[in-house]
Amino acid sequence: MKKKFSFSNIFVYVILIVVVAFFSFSAPDSFLTSNNIFNMLRQVSMIGICSVGMTMVLLTAGIDISVGSVIALVGVVSALLIANTGMPVALAMIIGVLVGTGCGTISGVMVAKFQVPALIATLAMQTIARGFAFILTKGIPVYGLPEDIKVIGQGYMAGIPIPVIIMALVFLLGWWLLEKTRFGRYVYAIGGNEEVARLSGIDVKKGLLKVYALSGFFAGLAGVIMLSRINSGQPNTSEGFEMDVITGAVLGGVSVAGGEGKILNVIAGVLIMGVLSNGMTLLNLDTYWQWVVKGAVLLFAVAFDNMQRARSARIAAEAAGAEA
Amino acid sequence: MQMEDNNLNIKMVDVCKYFPGVKALDNVNFELRKGEVHALLGENGAGKSTLCKIIAGAQPMTSGEYYLFGEKVTGLTPHAAKEKGISMIYQEFNLVPYLKVYENLFLGKELIKGLNLNKKEMIAKTIEVFDRFQIKIDPEARICDLSNAYKQLVEIAKAVLENAQVLCMDEPTAPLSNREVEILFSLIRSLKAEGVSIIYISHRMEEIFEVADRITVMRDGKYIKTMDADKTDRKELISLIVGRDLTEEYPKRDSVPGEEILRVEHLSTDLTKIRDVSFTLRRGEILGFAGLVGAGRTEVMRALFGADRKTAGDIYLYGKKVTIHKPENAIEQRISLIPEDRKGQGVSLTLNIRENISLVKLKGKEICSLLGINRKKERSVADEYIKALNIKAPSMEQLTRNLSGGNQQKVAIAKWLAVDADILILDEPTRGIDVGAKYEIYLLMNELIKAGKSIIMISSEMPELIGMSDRIVVMQQGKIVGEISGDEVSQEKILEMASCG
Repeated sequence: MKKKFSFSNIFVYVILIVVVAFFSFSAPDSFLTSNNIFNMLRQVSMIGICSVGMTMVLLTAGIDISVGSVIALVGVVSALLIANTGMPVALAMIIGVLVGTGCGTISGVMVAKFQVPALIATLAMQTIARGFAFILTKGIPVYGLPEDIKVIGQGYMAGIPIPVIIMALVFLLGWWLLEKTRFGRYVYAIGGNEEVARLSGIDVKKGLLKVYALSGFFAGLAGVIMLSRINSGQPNTSEGFEMDVITGAVLGGVSVAGGEGKILNVIAGVLIMGVLSNGMTLLNLDTYWQWVVKGAVLLFAVAFDNMQRARSARIAAEAAGAEA
Repeated sequence: MQMEDNNLNIKMVDVCKYFPGVKALDNVNFELRKGEVHALLGENGAGKSTLCKIIAGAQPMTSGEYYLFGEKVTGLTPHAAKEKGISMIYQEFNLVPYLKVYENLFLGKELIKGLNLNKKEMIAKTIEVFDRFQIKIDPEARICDLSNAYKQLVEIAKAVLENAQVLCMDEPTAPLSNREVEILFSLIRSLKAEGVSIIYISHRMEEIFEVADRITVMRDGKYIKTMDADKTDRKELISLIVGRDLTEEYPKRDSVPGEEILRVEHLSTDLTKIRDVSFTLRRGEILGFAGLVGAGRTEVMRALFGADRKTAGDIYLYGKKVTIHKPENAIEQRISLIPEDRKGQGVSLTLNIRENISLVKLKGKEICSLLGINRKKERSVADEYIKALNIKAPSMEQLTRNLSGGNQQKVAIAKWLAVDADILILDEPTRGIDVGAKYEIYLLMNELIKAGKSIIMISSEMPELIGMSDRIVVMQQGKIVGEISGDEVSQEKILEMASCG
């Protein structure tokens, strides 16, 4: 059997190049400028950060659709702490990230312990987190935050936007966890076949719990970056954000059926999402059309993933049949 | 040859069925008379189910002739077979659990009145059929509220409503209790009286003598003999079923089992799948578990391993009582379970060979540290067992999905050998793998025994069980019915113990 070169592994990078080429031609003056590239990377940084948690959740055959709402709640909580109690920005942000982690943990308990389907558990969390964001602010955005709040979202370090650096570090962490640690291997094993994992002595519930908690943690990180970028606590921010995150991960080849997907390809998937958003805006495509395009991309990515899997299953069946 | 007998519903002449590398049916002849119950007997893999599938159009035959109601048929599809009046009653019921009884009976062919379903008439017709066979089921009960026996009756009633002339029943009593079996048998007798013919597959001798008119024995895909039920006996049947002597080679080993290391006492599980099971295992011993399909052997091992919940029972290791609630506990106690369903439970098809082999071992400190998995050590462990078990693959990075069944089984074994357990439970370790690979597994078992390990082996292949085990425990309907060793061991004896009701 030959499996030296896998088309699907580099396919996503091919698409990335095609998309970049397309916008370079369509918007020659504005797209391929260093300014725009950094801008694009900064825009995509929150998607990238959340995509690492999402990838882990998807690998266990779950999903987390609460990340957008968690981002809003985290921003609101941190903003209120700073505005109302005068708490130092750093501390407020740490508490914000903990709130995000807490939301993820609750979803994780529901999925792992009470076997609530992931879609339902995180749909509930989506509504609850959004609800609290509005309750805490009474629906009014929190303004009047000090200047140093802008650092994490708008600042630069060695000429690189700080959120982009954070995204890179998070990707590195995700890669290490998934490729190099026992935890990562267990994530793949649980998603591939939960019963095999259980019979191999893996604590499936603990694994699931950790994965959702991590997704919440990364959403918390994205939440404080969002707070910093918009310089205010907005209870209605990031609606539908999970859509971009899921699309990025699936474009990167993560199977929604669990067990398959590589973080290195997810990076490309996320970048495609960034380039698409950025490019479409440069071409003055209105927001509603952007939604249509993104939705179509998600459908295409999942359909393509299914076709690939059906094909490889057929090949495997033939190979096994020939040997029998 | 044809048309000489109007009494024949089915006549099959010299039917062959080849699968790649296997002759599933080898020149089989079979006749089914109108209104008879015809039992098909044989070991697992004798070809009974394949024959039924061909009769019901679920599989094409490779060669031979098939006459249905006197007409030669070719290229039969399941749908066409049903139209002609052939119905298969499967063990797993083809009923929609949350629909009512009458809704299931008319599923896909609902009676309509105007735009609406004609509920009244469907219920009336249901009651009519039930009355005809003296079945007492509320047509408006939901399927999920019925016991297995009643589900089966509904399934059969459905076939009758479809004007079935031939019913194939594959182990119909397996999920039933003794009382429920009586209900089924009275239905079978009523069907017979109406001229319906029934092909009845079962391992349970008493049942066969109770309901069957004629009996056909098959062995290794070949037709052996057809007899009238009242002109044969249990003894003759067993010798016909077993037929061959123990010609297969089993590697010898000259070790003697040592002291007792495992004692299981009064083990029971939910739904009384197993009841009050007690046995012991000694160091360096292969303990065989014999029994019919559904006797509860797998359930005992799963409960012992902590994969299923126990409702009662104690486990002693080296004389000390241990608690095993989940597989992790069993692994800590150095017990391994290599399950029967290798694709569903043994190996993870989305992981590659290396990842599968190291999966259990990751728990220890040997290949895993705070810095993560040591890829080099992991590779060397994988490499060691790929070589030891002669796993054939281009590389250890190959996905397990792309391996043949025999190699997948070896990976499933390798991952447990890698943790060096003291007690290995092998559930049907050689099912579905070829002779060469089987022999390698036997050799490996002997090596493990030599190294002081102990093995519990479940197998439905009697010669293998007899050839490899020091002692054999026989189970039936969730209970241990006996234990044999030494000169007492014979296929006849085991079959007798496993199938007596």
